[in-house]
Amino acid sequence: MQNKVNIKINGKDYQVDAGITLLEACKQAGIKIPTLCYLKDVNELGACRVCVVEVKGARNLVASCVYPVSDNLEVWTNTERVIKSRKTTLELILSNHNQECTSCVRSGSCELQKLAYEYGCDGHKYEGEKQQFLEDVTDYLVRDNSKCILCRRCISTCEKRQAVAVIGANERGFKTNIGCTFNKSLNDVPCVNCGQCIVSCPTGALRERDNIDDVLKQVFDKEKFVVVAPAPSVRVALGEEFGMPIGTNVEGKMIAALRKIGFDRVFDVNFAADLTIMEEGTEFINRLTNGGVLPMITSCSPGWINYIEQYYPEFLPNLSTCKSPQQMYGATVKRYYAKKFNIPLDKLVVVSVMPCVAKKTELKRPYQSAADGYQDVDYSITTRELARMIKRMGIDFLNLADEKPDSILGEGSTAGLIFGATGGVMEAALRTVKEVVEKKPLEKIDFECVRGTQGIKRAVVEVNGVDVKVCVASGIANAKVIMEELKSGKADYHFIEIMCCPGGCVNGGGQPIQPASVQNSVDIRALRASAMYSADERAVLRKSHENPEIIQLYKEFYQEPNSHLAHECLHTHYIARKK
Amino acid sequence: MKENKGVCFTETPEQKVQMDAVLEQYGGDESNLLVVLQEAQKIYGYLPIEVQKKVADGMGVSMEKVYGVVTFYSFLRTDPVGKYNFSVCMGTVCYVKGAGLINEKLKEVLGIDDGQCTPDGLFAIAPTRCIGCCGLAPVMFVNDDVYGNITHNDVEDIVEIYRKRAKNL
Repeated sequence: MQNKVNIKINGKDYQVDAGITLLEACKQAGIKIPTLCYLKDVNELGACRVCVVEVKGARNLVASCVYPVSDNLEVWTNTERVIKSRKTTLELILSNHNQECTSCVRSGSCELQKLAYEYGCDGHKYEGEKQQFLEDVTDYLVRDNSKCILCRRCISTCEKRQAVAVIGANERGFKTNIGCTFNKSLNDVPCVNCGQCIVSCPTGALRERDNIDDVLKQVFDKEKFVVVAPAPSVRVALGEEFGMPIGTNVEGKMIAALRKIGFDRVFDVNFAADLTIMEEGTEFINRLTNGGVLPMITSCSPGWINYIEQYYPEFLPNLSTCKSPQQMYGATVKRYYAKKFNIPLDKLVVVSVMPCVAKKTELKRPYQSAADGYQDVDYSITTRELARMIKRMGIDFLNLADEKPDSILGEGSTAGLIFGATGGVMEAALRTVKEVVEKKPLEKIDFECVRGTQGIKRAVVEVNGVDVKVCVASGIANAKVIMEELKSGKADYHFIEIMCCPGGCVNGGGQPIQPASVQNSVDIRALRASAMYSADERAVLRKSHENPEIIQLYKEFYQEPNSHLAHECLHTHYIARKK
Repeated sequence: MKENKGVCFTETPEQKVQMDAVLEQYGGDESNLLVVLQEAQKIYGYLPIEVQKKVADGMGVSMEKVYGVVTFYSFLRTDPVGKYNFSVCMGTVCYVKGAGLINEKLKEVLGIDDGQCTPDGLFAIAPTRCIGCCGLAPVMFVNDDVYGNITHNDVEDIVEIYRKRAKNL
């Protein structure tokens, strides 16, 4: 049993775990303390001074997020002195903050705005010198330092969760600013474009590059035939933007909303995920039986591709040559669907909705144009952008009746659905690979050994008498561990799934942003993933190769997985890039 | 800050041997970063991007981490010192008597910012705190030469002295 200590908070006695911080102790006691810079296990600095409390015997107020509890500690969390101090701190933070709150993308979800409101702050109490702020606009992200409060949550996330550490604090004192080495743009440093910094930012200093206007312009253009498809993870998070609980599956409402916005066809990336399994599963079987390069590593996550190309280019031959589901969807629309329904390519616009900001740069990569001269995908918007688009179009999301996607390219198996969670691609692949190789129905469809939000999972799966060693990693810090294993020659895996974001796409950089108070107390990744697994449990169509639309697509067009045409449309090349 | 036009970085074989030895000795532990940067500055005189990259690779830390430390400490320089260093005294007396204007004029004439060096490696600007000869205010040093009671109108003539001197070397 864990040791306990006795402490007194606001005059009341509590017994809490020894070795924790005052902030956690107060949480255990049900007392709320505001925080700004604190992000559990990632950013514990005591920098912002918003979580200060009064401790008996201490001359100054202490930052509760880094103050350890000890026996007989006496604490007050809401005295006049504490409240006044927090308010002044907030007003000083606001003194050089760009307060364009009315139109800020984080209005309503900004942690600073919320606290300033709760503490009755005067945003213009202190008017001092303003910093010269830097703005960095890339294809995937906008960094606006005029809204930065120097909490360093982005830095810690980039360094600890993603192990790339391309942003940090430069200069000193008043001139301190968050930026890249030699003040370069994120475009010119080895950033992987994951956007995890965005979901860790308490304010609007980091945001996705907004493509809503670009997409709506196409939708409003009557000449254009605009198709859209949402990724698996979008449906288990979109509801959060409309006040629904984390882990609500809003698939039917999402499809209905996309149709109401005015897209000409609404498809589903779950279908393209099934297509990926057909191609990638077949590629794996071929590599395994014909002595190809092993281990084979998945290629669905563009953030991961950005990482391996820059940090471990010697392992590029290990990557599956399959395009990501987003790109397979676009390629199939432009090569197959356009021809089947006589849609001129110059009138056809392909849009995807992704939990991801790296998808915005993936679609501009070379070797991603199955229809010569036309990008496979024209625009990629995030879950957050879709939510804003739905609101802008005046759609009453919560009261929408469920709808189904259009056929063909609309039906997905739940093997495709679970792509969004770490281990999902592996499980979907194993379901198909094992059944195809063994030529008999699976006794057990669930591969629990690759589920769960742990950063690294290892398992051995028997396929037709052969022990297939698989590994699943999510978050670049974990991917790095696996790559170092490979580099040292210690690993003997056959198949590795890597997703760039911790927990997989459900926790992608384009997903709804939950405040630190929520991030610190519940496992958002697990909740969103559970919505996928419960849908999978209830579903009938649970294997990619049994998807009737997939079968039809191969019959009508690609003929068979890894065929010449499939290679032309659905596979790609990678480029070693200098860091 | 103006874009660093930069003196082209070159490395002698001796410098390489010395730097490799420093990284060999301290490279394994990230907490040695500051020591390594100080040693590197001793070896190269300054810490341009090439040296910072060497340090980052040698210590297994990111370029940004190195740059963050370099820009935090004022004694670490990203630009080389010039052959002729122009230091205008920014002490109170010099400042009220126009040192700020002199420094601005210097930047204009040399086309560089505070702390930078001209691409030919000849001139650098490094304003300084009070040097204690307030009777001569405003004061400017060029290496060990002292120019007192000057105005911003004298700057071009003074720079010209050193341009000529450099030519005759």
